[in-house]
Amino acid sequence: MKNILITFLISLLLVSSASADTDGQNSLSKKNPSKVKDCFEPLNRATFSLNQGLDKVIFKPVAKSYRSLPSPIRTGTSNALINISSLITIPNNILQGEFKTAGVNTGRFAINTTLGIIGIFDVAEKMGFSEYEKEDYGQTLGKWGVGPGCYIVLPVLGPSTIRDTFGSFVNVLGGDPYYNASTHGNNEYLSDSVYLKTKVISGVDFRAKNLESIDNLKKNSIDFYASVRSLYLQDRQQKIKNSSPTIEIMYEGDWEEVQPQ
Amino acid sequence: MFTKKNLILIAFLIISFSSITKVYSIEPDIFIQSTVNRAAKTLGGNLTKDERVKKLKEIAIDTVDIRGIGFYSLGSYRKNLNKEEIESYQNVFTEYFLKSFSSRLAEYSNPEIDVISKKKINENYTIVLSILVATDVRPEVKIEWRVYTKDPNNLLIRDLIIEGLSLARTQKEEFSSIISSNDGDINMLIKSLENFIAK
Repeated sequence: MKNILITFLISLLLVSSASADTDGQNSLSKKNPSKVKDCFEPLNRATFSLNQGLDKVIFKPVAKSYRSLPSPIRTGTSNALINISSLITIPNNILQGEFKTAGVNTGRFAINTTLGIIGIFDVAEKMGFSEYEKEDYGQTLGKWGVGPGCYIVLPVLGPSTIRDTFGSFVNVLGGDPYYNASTHGNNEYLSDSVYLKTKVISGVDFRAKNLESIDNLKKNSIDFYASVRSLYLQDRQQKIKNSSPTIEIMYEGDWEEVQPQ
Repeated sequence: MFTKKNLILIAFLIISFSSITKVYSIEPDIFIQSTVNRAAKTLGGNLTKDERVKKLKEIAIDTVDIRGIGFYSLGSYRKNLNKEEIESYQNVFTEYFLKSFSSRLAEYSNPEIDVISKKKINENYTIVLSILVATDVRPEVKIEWRVYTKDPNNLLIRDLIIEGLSLARTQKEEFSSIISSNDGDINMLIKSLENFIAK
């Protein structure tokens, strides 16, 4: 029973790693991006309210405390978390046919794990490695043409889609080497609880980095739920298309509707 | 009618005028840099919050196509509206936009934004890429500006794309959510905007 609970919790946390710092929309059409359906909107809104309450009493205060730590500690923590995430990114680079990027990310991981002391220092960046972009199984499914399905809001973890949630489960089915080493590996350094703590810290780090922007968005939205949904789906779409930094063409059709003023 | 000499003079004046116009039209990247410099000066100065907000609203009125964004935000719903409804919506939207815009920016102090490059999409739009320089508490942020270039002498901002996320699109989907959950009644959106303004 304990294992089932842990697996469930971990799965949820994995979903957050896919959703907390990403977002999404399925359509890859340039001219007419179709919308992701919010099939469970009343339930999603209720879950969103619950998450808002939890954020107010738990996550935001914790993130604020985390923010008060000295900058080098936060930067080192963030770097180490990013380094761990490349264990999911690399197989996804390969699955998406991005072999060169997979090679670069493998090199980055090797350098940062050794010279950078388990990723605390981003030595690879100083050596001139290109900017790191996270990838996950949800993105790979999207790249393969799998539609996002309905938009869903998960308790505690926030926005996702059916596809992205499914993609996150791949992590616990053997797709995440860090999870495998933590739960199945026989070593004295990693365990279920270490893995869980890593995911919790990852969430806190994300929240701390976005304290002002989330507050600002909330304060200036007339429908905060709809704003978060839009941002999540846009981000996800962008990540699947690997279209950063310029979205130039993605929403062109929308703007053509607006006649010159 | 016109003598040959007059015709030459008129032609000369027309050519001179168009040259002058060309000289004074401004490139989108320079327009954005000058706009962010104006905003940074306002945010970095010793102004009270109310004074800041007032100055930021002036900057928005000068540089943002508020009516265009208002239309865009309505999406396809605008096709169902009559002239009076559009006018009523646009008036409320302008107030909402100015309050929301100034409120979003007023909380930043000394933001340093550097314009990096520009990319012309078509005759009407150029995207200007800029970077909000990282601070101790915030990482570097990429900001792209969708500049409406139809009239080179009157460039206007139509969208801000922060790390790939379009604010105009977010607003459009937010408005759409409100309208659709009220059976397509735009008055409910107007009411929501009025509530925001009254806050």
